[in-house]
Parts: sequence; structure tokens; C-alpha cells
Amino acid sequence: MNLEEFFNMGGYAFYVWSSYGIALLVLLVNIIAPLRQRNKLLNKIADTARRQARRNA
Amino acid sequence: MFNNFFHRMASPKHFYGLAGILIPWLAVPCLLLTVAGLYYGLVKAPPDYQQGDSYRIMFIHVPAAWMSLFIYIVMAGAGAIGLIWRIKLAEVVAISSAPIGASFTFLALITGSIWGKPMWGTWWVWDARLTSELILLFLYLGVIALNNAIDDKRTAARAVAILALVGVINIPIIHYSVEWWNTLHQGPTVTKFDKPSIHLSMLIPLLLMAVAFKLYYAFVVLMRARCEVLERERNSGWVKELAEKT
Repeated sequence: MNLEEFFNMGGYAFYVWSSYGIALLVLLVNIIAPLRQRNKLLNKIADTARRQARRNA
Repeated sequence: MFNNFFHRMASPKHFYGLAGILIPWLAVPCLLLTVAGLYYGLVKAPPDYQQGDSYRIMFIHVPAAWMSLFIYIVMAGAGAIGLIWRIKLAEVVAISSAPIGASFTFLALITGSIWGKPMWGTWWVWDARLTSELILLFLYLGVIALNNAIDDKRTAARAVAILALVGVINIPIIHYSVEWWNTLHQGPTVTKFDKPSIHLSMLIPLLLMAVAFKLYYAFVVLMRARCEVLERERNSGWVKELAEKT
């Protein structure tokens, strides 16, 4: 099988590749979202702790 | 001693650390199996004699649909454990599963739709299989919305668990819909083990992708659960310590 045939998917290129593309996108978003949320949360918690320490000082 | 062991395991701090160790050990095999599954599915497997190359959508569609049911059962089960024994970690797993389950349900629906267009001549029909799967998506979204609507995490977890448990009725309906009703959707081909109607060259990538998706769920739910634990435990010493180090 050559590369052109592979990308053409027997004429179903649009259907096959859009399915795989959307799947890749959704699965990646699900990995990135908790990574970003974790950073955001830790920053927020550190911020609150620092503000509290200043108030206590 | 056993009691002690389980208590330690279920303690938020211990779970957070253990999950952090487990995530890469699940993510790397997941990636390897996905690459293998894509290779066998997109390159090695021959075109279908009826559907040509369009059937390759199956390698996403079917594992995604399986995951949509599997994750729902895990979510409802964890919710029930949280309800009955008040185990915080079960509540965390239940609520962390919802967005992932919703994602797989969405993928099953959208890839089914994209596959349906060239094969059935339509993007959508209101038949039993498709409609019950759409209801599953709404159940997941309902769980997420309900959880967001209640400020107190533990009250939210209880409400979510009850909603999830009521929705379990939909799971056998989805599974048996192709047998109970006349539908455009084809019947099961893999779970008939007496006379499987799928060729080995197509079954191998399908199973590779199915295991890859299971591993994907396992490590992503741990990632989400870690965030949930951080948020719930934000006032405890170890979380503050961790936050200050970053």
C-alpha cells in the first residue's frame, strides 16, 4: 500500500480521518484539562497560604 | 492490620502520592497499545468486503461505546460505595469519571454519525440504540451539572450518586436495544463468542484499541481524582506544603 492510497482510505478519507481527528482532539483535551487545573489549584492554594501568613505577621 | 492498610490507602494524602506514581505506568502502555492498534487498524487490516475502508471508524467507535457503558457502571458503583460507606475516595472517583465518560459517549455518537452517513445515507436516526446512547450523554452531563450546582462537595457527591444510580436503568437498555427493537444499528459481532463474525485481522486492532482506552480511562481518572483531592483537602497541611513547593 502506498502513502496516497493510505490517505485516500478508498474514497472514505473525509469520514475516516475526521473520526480519528476528533477522537485525538477529545482525548488530548481530557489530558490537558486536569494538568492545567492542577497547576491552577496549587497556585491558588499557595496564594491563599501566603496571604494568610502575611495577615498573621 | 488489613484495616490499617485500607485506611492508609484511602487517605487522601496517600492516594495523591500513589496516583502520581501510577499515572506514567498506565499512560506509557496506553500510548504503546494505541500506536499498535492504529498500525494494525489503519495499515495492516484489509478493507471490508462490503464497507471498504469506511469500516475503520469501528476501531474508534466500538471501543468508545464500550467505554461509555463501562465508565458509567464504574461511576454509579463508586457513587453507591460513597453513599453506603461514606468513603470519600469513592465519591472522588465517581465525580472524576463523569467528564471522561461524557467524552467517550460523545465520541461514540459522533463517530457513529460520521460512519452512518456513507453507510446508511444519514447522519442520524431516532432508533433505539442511538437514542438510548444520547440519553447516556445527557445523564453524564446531568451528573456534571448537578455536581457543579451544589457547593458542598459531600452533599453534591450524594446527589450525584443517586442520579447516577437511577440512570443505571439505561445501561441494559443500550446494550440490548439492538435485540429488543428493530434498528438500523447492526447487532453485536464480537460478544458472540460461539461464532464470532469478525475476522482476526480486524479483531486484533479492535481489542488493542479497547485495552488502550481502558488504560486511558485509568490514568485520566487518576489525574482528575488528584485535582479533586487537592481541592477537597486545600486546608490540610500537606496540600499547603505541596502548593508552596511549586
